[in-house]
Amino acid sequence: MAALMQNEVFQVALWAMVKVGIILGVMLGVVSYLIYAERKICGHIQARTGPNRVGPLGLLQPIADVGKLLFKEEFTPAGANKIIFHIAPILAVFPAIVTFSVIPMGPPPMFVVTDINVGLLLFLAMSSLGVYGITLGGWSSNNKYALLGGLRSSAQMISYELAMGLSTIPVLLRSGTLSLSGIVDSQGGAYQIGGTTLPLPNWGIFHWYLVLPFFIFLICSFAETNRAPFDLPEAEGELVAGFHTEYSSMKWALFFLGEYMNMIVICSIIVTLFLGGWHGPGPAILGIVWYLLKLFALLFFFIWVRWTYPRLRYDQLMGFGWKVLLPASIANVVIAAVWLYWRANA
Amino acid sequence: MTINMGPQHPSTHGVLRVALELDGETIVACKPIIGYLHTGMEKQAEYKTYTQSIPQTDRMDYISPMSNNLAFCLAAEKILGVEPPARVQAIRVLLAELTRISSHAVWMGTHAIDIGALTVFWYTFREREKVLSIYDHVAGARMTSSYFRVGGLSRDIPEGFLDRCEKFVDEMPAHIDEYESLLTKNPIWIARTQGVALLSAKDAVAWGVTGPSLRGSGVNYDIRKAEPYSGYDTYQFDVPVGRDGDAYSRYVVRCAEMRESVKIAKQAIQRIRELGEFGPYRVRDFKYVLPPKEEVKTSMEALIHHFKIVAHGFFPPVGEAYSAVEAPKGELGFYMVSDGSPRPWRMKVRSPSFINLQALPLMVQGRMIADVIAAIGSIDIVLGEVDR
Repeated sequence: MAALMQNEVFQVALWAMVKVGIILGVMLGVVSYLIYAERKICGHIQARTGPNRVGPLGLLQPIADVGKLLFKEEFTPAGANKIIFHIAPILAVFPAIVTFSVIPMGPPPMFVVTDINVGLLLFLAMSSLGVYGITLGGWSSNNKYALLGGLRSSAQMISYELAMGLSTIPVLLRSGTLSLSGIVDSQGGAYQIGGTTLPLPNWGIFHWYLVLPFFIFLICSFAETNRAPFDLPEAEGELVAGFHTEYSSMKWALFFLGEYMNMIVICSIIVTLFLGGWHGPGPAILGIVWYLLKLFALLFFFIWVRWTYPRLRYDQLMGFGWKVLLPASIANVVIAAVWLYWRANA
Repeated sequence: MTINMGPQHPSTHGVLRVALELDGETIVACKPIIGYLHTGMEKQAEYKTYTQSIPQTDRMDYISPMSNNLAFCLAAEKILGVEPPARVQAIRVLLAELTRISSHAVWMGTHAIDIGALTVFWYTFREREKVLSIYDHVAGARMTSSYFRVGGLSRDIPEGFLDRCEKFVDEMPAHIDEYESLLTKNPIWIARTQGVALLSAKDAVAWGVTGPSLRGSGVNYDIRKAEPYSGYDTYQFDVPVGRDGDAYSRYVVRCAEMRESVKIAKQAIQRIRELGEFGPYRVRDFKYVLPPKEEVKTSMEALIHHFKIVAHGFFPPVGEAYSAVEAPKGELGFYMVSDGSPRPWRMKVRSPSFINLQALPLMVQGRMIADVIAAIGSIDIVLGEVDR
């Protein structure tokens, strides 16, 4: 046993397992309180108070909600493709959790589960997989509204994934690495321009050629997480509930969980790529605090937008993706590449 | 693919069913199917006295009960040949305009919620709630007010009522600004409503569309101006007219109409004050209208009239009448035929929601599912009135 404990591989594996456990537990808690926060914030935006009956300030509301969902009837519509119908909600949650394993929440190796050298690629791959849950769920329900919702989500994914991927390229050009920890490292310290130090952090967003990608990425992430103004696959006004019309009980809850986890993941990626990750004033151990602060600010922004804006139409959304965001991000990649090349050789 | 939108659907404003023939998400054919809320109110009216039908009218367009009461009473008064005193008419105008504000507020909130702007709803319903409290104050019921009577009102306005209305209309313009700040210049709102649900002026007239939906298409027709009733010709107000005939024009028209209603309501409040805050609230024509309660207690004559009217209703002259008002949703008309008995021989309601809804297929042909929702929202229907 002692020899096993000395084994380096075993130690790494053990640590990883512990971190996975912590992250899973924390994530589930964070998600349920994110839903609470969303309801509370939306309540205040809408001139009302939000949940305040269950427990002090309504703080036990998420527990009551989950309890209710657990006891609801699991309903499978007649004519549904049963296997896919059951797998789809799992597919919606799993990519979000997997992506979380590569996000540096603080100084490595302590605050990241696996610091792989292609973390960004893993994120892009997983975010593309996430859409399968929705499309398959919509298709297998044997419901026309759900089918339309599923189709919309795949169209939306194609329109936005490209611009999203392209908007990360200037970041890679700057940092020269695909590892998310490496990208965060490249944003440490103070902002230097031509030898002079400015009183600005060296975050991506403060470099002029990363401003446009930041906004493109932000817009795409609304589409990626199916949040208003791009919540077309759900579009409760049009498609009743879109892809999850036929889902009930915990299967529905899994879709819900997936949406909120995706939100957390995508906000973490924005923090990592553009907002300096865990960097901030004070000792490195405070990194996790800075990371969380930035994350919550972004999450608040997501919630704020959702309760303020109307929903775009499906063709308008696709037109916007293909005709505006894609050319803009391609142009930005070229400009950033030329600029970085010129600066390196000047 | 054929899709049945409704009768259970979040955005059909009740139990409307729209059978859509789709090619992808594009609409090939659209057919509104109605009747899920049919209660036979027109037929029922033949078995009720005129006064007993007033509560029925509350339940047609349940968002604007006062306008329905008004339309019904005006038609009955036309048969009887009575005209209520100026003070009563001013009270009716005040309440009808408050109703317009509340109906448009409900419309704006639900229309916005259909298009995905979830927050506007809560702001507009906040103000609508104030109007409902005003109804409660004056009539004793929040939604089914039944306040107007043939020949007057059911009772006089209570103490503090005018101050309350005044406070509301003074605050309202700021609230309308608030709603507009959320929508009018919002690029997504504009993208979703401009050029959507187009209805040309020619088509609108041909289909008999009325109200803000007609004026949104650029036709300047408002019954308050064209055939004034209840003294509307003596009030100063404009009739907002749109330009493009799309959902956005209708939105702009309705926003402006709320502001005009505030203007009219202010004038009405002033007029009521001038004519006396409290006073007679019914015509003194005891063959048709109940005498005041005080007289019933002291005068034999009045007691007999009271008994006769309560026991079997009033006996109108033989004849027929059509009378229409500019309800928040369009021309609301009542056609009544009297055979001299206390019950109408026939009653027909020309309900704006029913007729405006018929233009829906025209608006959505070749558009997308999301536009159907915007179109249904923009013509502002209430299914209680469509089916009656």
